[in-house]
Amino acid sequence: MRKPLRSLLSSPVFWRGAVSIVAFVILWELGARSKQWMAPELFVPLKEMLGAMGFKKDYLPWIGVVPAPSTVLIAWIAVLGQGGYWQSWYMSLFRVMSGFVAAMLIGIPFGLLLAVSRTAQGIGFPVFEVLRPIPPLAWVPASIIFWPTQELAISFVTFLGAFYTIVINVLGGARSIDLHYFQAAQSMGSSQWDIFRRVILPGTLPSIVVGSAVGMGITWEVVVAAEMISGGGSQQSGAGGGLGFFIWSSYVGGSYEQIVVGMISIGIAGFASSELLRWLGRYVTPWLRVR
Amino acid sequence: MSEIPSARPPVVAGEIAVRGVSKSYGAAQFRKAVVRECSFKIEQGKLTVMIGPSGCGKSTLIRLLAGFEQPTEGSITLDGAPISGPDRDRLVLFQETALFPWMSTWNNILYGPRARGELDRGTLEFAEFLLNKVGLREFRNKYPGQLSGGMQRRAELARAMINNPKVMILDEPFRGLDAMTKELMWEYYSRLYEENRRTNFFVTTDIDEAVFLADRVLVMSNIPTQVRAVIEVDLPRPRRLSDIVESDRANDVKKQALSILHTEAMRSFSRGSKAAADFVDAYLKRAGRA
Repeated sequence: MRKPLRSLLSSPVFWRGAVSIVAFVILWELGARSKQWMAPELFVPLKEMLGAMGFKKDYLPWIGVVPAPSTVLIAWIAVLGQGGYWQSWYMSLFRVMSGFVAAMLIGIPFGLLLAVSRTAQGIGFPVFEVLRPIPPLAWVPASIIFWPTQELAISFVTFLGAFYTIVINVLGGARSIDLHYFQAAQSMGSSQWDIFRRVILPGTLPSIVVGSAVGMGITWEVVVAAEMISGGGSQQSGAGGGLGFFIWSSYVGGSYEQIVVGMISIGIAGFASSELLRWLGRYVTPWLRVR
Repeated sequence: MSEIPSARPPVVAGEIAVRGVSKSYGAAQFRKAVVRECSFKIEQGKLTVMIGPSGCGKSTLIRLLAGFEQPTEGSITLDGAPISGPDRDRLVLFQETALFPWMSTWNNILYGPRARGELDRGTLEFAEFLLNKVGLREFRNKYPGQLSGGMQRRAELARAMINNPKVMILDEPFRGLDAMTKELMWEYYSRLYEENRRTNFFVTTDIDEAVFLADRVLVMSNIPTQVRAVIEVDLPRPRRLSDIVESDRANDVKKQALSILHTEAMRSFSRGSKAAADFVDAYLKRAGRA
């Protein structure tokens, strides 16, 4: 374990990244505390000038109203001990995973079916293409009406977020397999099933991995918005409605630090799940790793 | 190198006859003939090289021979039986490597036997023998992406040979290799041929490659493709590159093939361009006078 650590510490990429993040946090802190170190009168001439140009003073944003990272950190530490915060994590994670796994289970075979069968493509693809441009969030009201529980409705919407991307990637990946591979396999006496199993499936795997990683990202976007719109699915228990609802209720409750805590939590969750997928992806496509 | 003679199935060399074959693509007025009334033989146990200007329809002929496509007219037979589709008795090595990138060298070699459910002890021994033969024993667990261009070609030869085809069809297999590797591959490949005398059909645009490898050279016309000339290359085997370079006979063959090819290449070059056509006419006239 020492060696990777040492190589990490001696890599300029790592240090550039670290410096960039630290600089961002410092600037944010300074900006948020600008009221303390900057006299408001300093901006009077600028505001006057903008006012003369027809801008209303109220229209100007001010970073001073954003909670500072230090206060966010304190708020974060405070919620770490609360069950509700972890419950939010669990609920969002559960919805993301159920939607995502369903999208994989249905999307991968569906994409492969469209790729290998002209008939299936003729029947399935037009409907797919008509539904695909509808943003998953537009489905929220309809799915709340359709699904018996709100939990299922949210999972369904997250499913849609990943489903289209996975299908498109699988279809594109299977189609872009070099014709020579099929011809070689056919010449050597492969049956249709054998070609599917040993040529189409591994040939599509890299695209499945890419589609899943992109789909996972969309799933997090969708779940948060869906939780905000639908009210989290369990109003009676307060903050137990997922990270999206956590942000929304923090906003409603006026706890601005908690909004940022929720935002960063989602960032971490999205990043971690994408990393996990990338790692799994490298594991199932070892031939791409060794190049 | 360990020799396991018992593991080697006997080579059965086939003979392919192409009779009056035409192939056109497209519908009605856009129809374009790529091959027109083409006839030739790929003789049993010989190494036949087909050479022609690029874009002359050689690859189309290969698809017909392999059975990936059917001719519009005419017939292609292997040992008298018409070719109806792809089969392990006619294996193709493509221009670009068609090794499966997701399989190790070893699994690539075993692809055919595994597909046909013939993976027995004898086959495994034969695979081992071939792996040694192509010098990739230490690379058995490597993926194609980890092999050099020359190694990939050799792995592909092994993957084809394990199926013991009656005819091996090679479509510009050494294109894209650097000059040095290419010459090594020529010597290696011709040694391989000299050992087993399988029927080989080798397509190229490289005249040196053709003369060095061939028993017979088929010089092809411009599109729609036909055989312009058949040159018997009666150079002794085993051949070495150094001998061929100094051989007068080899140079004669080369000149003969080149003069035909040059005319065809000029025609191909001038296709669709009035200026280029005039240039070629002038060139041909001058060449005729001289």
